[in-house]
Amino acid sequence: MLLGGGEQAIEKQKALGKRTARERIMALLDTDSFIEYDLFVEHEARDFDMAKKSLPSDGVIIGSGTIYGAPVAIFAQDFTVAGGSLGRMHSRKITKIMDHALKMRMPLIGINDSGGARIQEGVNSLAGYGEIFFRNTISSGVIPQISVILGPCAGGAVYSPALTDFVFVVDNISKMFITGPEVIKTVLGEEISMEELGGARVHSEITGNAHFFASTEEECFDQIKKLITFIPWNNGQKAKAFEPGEPKREYNIEKIVPNDPTLPYDVKDVIRSIVDNSDFFEVMELYAKNIVIGFGRMGGRTTGFVANQPLEMAGVLDVDSSDKAARFIRYCDAFNIPIITLVDLPGYLPGVDQEHAGVIRHGAKVLYAYSEATVPKLTVILRKAYGGGYIAMSSRHLRADFVFAWPSAEIAVMGPEGAANIIFRKEILSSEDPDGTRRKKVAEYKEKFANPYVAAARGFVDAVIEPSETRRFLMHSLNASENKTIQMPEKKHGLPPL
Amino acid sequence: MIIRKTELTELTMKKNEKIGVLNIDSSLYKTRISSRFANRIPYKPTDPHMILSFIPGTVLDILVKPGQRVRKGDGLMLLDSMKMQNQLKSTMDGKVKTILVKKGDRVSKGMVLIEVE
Repeated sequence: MLLGGGEQAIEKQKALGKRTARERIMALLDTDSFIEYDLFVEHEARDFDMAKKSLPSDGVIIGSGTIYGAPVAIFAQDFTVAGGSLGRMHSRKITKIMDHALKMRMPLIGINDSGGARIQEGVNSLAGYGEIFFRNTISSGVIPQISVILGPCAGGAVYSPALTDFVFVVDNISKMFITGPEVIKTVLGEEISMEELGGARVHSEITGNAHFFASTEEECFDQIKKLITFIPWNNGQKAKAFEPGEPKREYNIEKIVPNDPTLPYDVKDVIRSIVDNSDFFEVMELYAKNIVIGFGRMGGRTTGFVANQPLEMAGVLDVDSSDKAARFIRYCDAFNIPIITLVDLPGYLPGVDQEHAGVIRHGAKVLYAYSEATVPKLTVILRKAYGGGYIAMSSRHLRADFVFAWPSAEIAVMGPEGAANIIFRKEILSSEDPDGTRRKKVAEYKEKFANPYVAAARGFVDAVIEPSETRRFLMHSLNASENKTIQMPEKKHGLPPL
Repeated sequence: MIIRKTELTELTMKKNEKIGVLNIDSSLYKTRISSRFANRIPYKPTDPHMILSFIPGTVLDILVKPGQRVRKGDGLMLLDSMKMQNQLKSTMDGKVKTILVKKGDRVSKGMVLIEVE
């Protein structure tokens, strides 16, 4: 029974570079910490000769254990047993461990490796999926929910991972799609491989369904373990504090950001020059790279980072980066993780495709998420903060608790070139030397408005600080926010522009 | 203004040949351009002379001949797609100039199938 689908099926699984369900649980959890539930559960299907078939544990292993001492509930589908197909008892086991995780307020990890619904069990199988989706939704924001895709996860089954907080995928192993290549070929005549349609890379780079990409199962498990150290066990707690550590000297905050606002740099280096031990754990590294999100620690405490990335697409906000940031902000807010926002953006990405893709609706998510978040919100304006982008990136107006700006900050409606072209249009056009006049006017505008002091004079910026003072100011602000209390108007729930 | 061009920026820019320029509000930013942005299909206003396939599928039947007069809304072609027959209609009054596909051809979405003049 402990061998699941038997030796032959296990050999097949290994040939695909996959571990068995039990091996996966053992590799992920602390040694000897796993307690299995419902090993002896059997299916009760009678149709289609199912009565004669014995499916060990009904193709899924459930139980609880620990990761670095943190309690976790876990289920792992066993592909070696009837292709990990989901029948009535299979789903009952999963919902049992989900109920347990919610009741005990501990994180839930689901390892998905299943061919899909067990057709022989008909609507009982569909009911099972529905029961899982319902629990995913009800548990959302209460306990952390992590999905690990280590095999196929197709059709309706994909909606369980989609409802969870973080989805982990592994190259060449994970496959997720609603309709597979065969159906697409028959119905639409389009030919595509499973990997190109819904492989790990596709979901990490294009769809944004996956949050962590790994090359092997081993690397994937290391990522999960690391994530567990950064997040609390439930929404009533804060993440466990670690021993504080100074950033590494090789990340010199004074030397990262060029003064010229049109030159690129890697904002992750700025984050590494601020966080404990320069240890920054990035989330969704491969998707919408123009914004960077992830976790780090400040004085031993988990902190969420949201930063524009000037190295990629000049750090603009667009449809995908707005979705990415908004969801992460809401995650941090749900789990009591303070948010530090690093601002350096020229505005929104112009284009017909962006407008038609709904950049209004998607962009609004960022405003909504920041406004609604009640965790401590700290903002550092590194360089440019223009127009709507300035407002969206955790500005004072959306109730940031602390807003700091470096002397290189430029807080304005738009960049000097664009602004001068509009304000001094007549003068430039009527001048004998339009180019010369334009350059002069751009310089004039730069001198007057491309600085943090106009905003600071209104109190929109609390302090103008030297880059080298950033960590000290942020640590001070986090300590000062320890007991932050905010009363929001009572409501059932808001209506974020989903 | 002093440009503090740092070692790091120079390193990033040298290492990466893909550094391009993005124009936002007349400012030119040196940055990596995503392949998605670089490969985006530039918007073109729809041309009523070009009858496009609105769905991928197979040409089941062609209902008109070159030179034939058609009115806006007239059926031009039947496409077999999504397990259904879909009628492709003329977007203007005119004369069929050319038919670019034949019965049995597989067509993708957005392909020009018929030109009307």
